[in-house]
Formats: sequence, structure tokens, C-alpha cells
Amino acid sequence: MNLSSRTEDQLRVVSVNGDRIDAAVAIEFKDAMRAETDGGPEVVILDLSEVGFIDSSGLGAIVASMKHMGQDRTLALAGLTPTVDKVFRLTRMDSVFSLFATLDGAIHELQH
Amino acid sequence: MSDQAPIPNIHFTVQSGVYAAREASEKLMHELAPLGLDAEEAGAIELIMAEALNNIVEHGYPDPQNSGPISIYCEHGTKGLNIKLVDTGLPMPDSKAPAGLAPKTDVALTDLPEGGFGWFIIKDLAKDVVYTRTDDANRLDLRIAITFGSETDR
Repeated sequence: MNLSSRTEDQLRVVSVNGDRIDAAVAIEFKDAMRAETDGGPEVVILDLSEVGFIDSSGLGAIVASMKHMGQDRTLALAGLTPTVDKVFRLTRMDSVFSLFATLDGAIHELQH
Repeated sequence: MSDQAPIPNIHFTVQSGVYAAREASEKLMHELAPLGLDAEEAGAIELIMAEALNNIVEHGYPDPQNSGPISIYCEHGTKGLNIKLVDTGLPMPDSKAPAGLAPKTDVALTDLPEGGFGWFIIKDLAKDVVYTRTDDANRLDLRIAITFGSETDR
């Protein structure tokens, strides 16, 4: 599971370089997210624009990442492709995360 | 409508393991390619397959040293795709499928669920979901409504 990150205007942008977050890589994803977010800026945007598929294990790993970041930090999700978006809405996790259609939109909205 | 199914009946077997769901999804989607499914239908099929297979891998064959076969059957009927999954792993608790209730999301951050979405997703996206345990085998039947060549009932 390959993640890359950069910091822009006090925001940490973590991009997933892969097209699936599923049971086969969920634990790896969780560990990689920890490494990319620990001790970083308060607001993290997870760029999912390359991800075409996520299952409930992948969803659980993203929830775990947010819980690990703690109450005082924000994990926003950007660039959800149709099937990924569907999983978040179906499980009502769209009410838990801030979802943005595009990464640019998320950066613009969150950089205050 | 013709009685002739546009694709032959599909049957294949994968071995349980972390990549079982990917392998089964890829094979099934490859076989279903002639149907020209739209992205939404294809996404729903992949999701149902992933959740059903992961459930078998995690709970049916929990010991990675002791893996087993998962057979996938799929036929294209007038009401969509009839899919059957058969494995010889452990039975479901009380020989019943989980209720698949909606996950609770209006809770404190620390109480947010990190799992338990699988059955909810299957029951939401698939129809006629029936689990049976007979002759030391688990059998899961379900139907996925697709529009191509089917009488839609969505």
C-alpha cells in the first residue's frame, strides 16, 4: 500500500497511490496512514482520487485512522470515485467525515 | 425476450486467503464482460462479492494455515444474476446469517464502528439473500438485479 504526502498551507495531503483499499491491504493502509499523519498538521486530507474500489475492511481502516488521530484533529476525504462514494453513503459514514468531490475543493475549503 | 441466456453459466473455485476476494471478483467480472454492465452495476457486484468472500475467509476459514475452497456459481436469469457461494468452513453462529443492521454512526469518535459493515452492505445491495448450512457446507444464495436482458425489478 503506497501512500505519499505533502504539506500545503498547514494542511497535510495524503494521496493513496493504488486503486483498491480492500481486505488484502487494510492493515498495511492503517500503518501507512499512522506514519503519514503522526505529529503532522491538525488537518489531514486523504486524496482518494486514484481509488476505484473500497470494501468494508478498507472503510474500517479509514475510520481507525481518524480515531487514531484523535478528537482535536480533522480527517477530510477528497476525490471520491463513484463506487467509493457509494460505500460511504450506504454505511452512513458520509455523516462522520467531511467529503469533498475534488482535492482542490477540499484544500480551498479547509485552508483557513 | 429470448430464453437464451447471453452468457453461459459460470462456475469456478478459489482458495480462501487474503487475496480470495480479489481473485473471485476479477474472475467473475471477466466472465460477465459480455453483458456490458454499467459502472454502477459492476461496482455493486464487486462490492457484494468482496464482502461475501471476506466474510467466508475471516469467519469460515479463520486459520490461515488451514485454508479451504470457496465455489462461486453464477447464472444470468430473468431477474438478474443468481449467485451462489459454497464453502466447507465453519458454520455461522447458530447456523444463521447476521442481521446486518445499519452501523451506528451518531456516536462519539472513540465509539465509531471499524467493522460490521459487511452484512449490511450485502443485504442492502443484493436481493433474496439466503444462508443455509447443510452437509457440512455453507451455502449463500443471493440475487443481483441488473438491467441487461433482465426484467428489472428495482
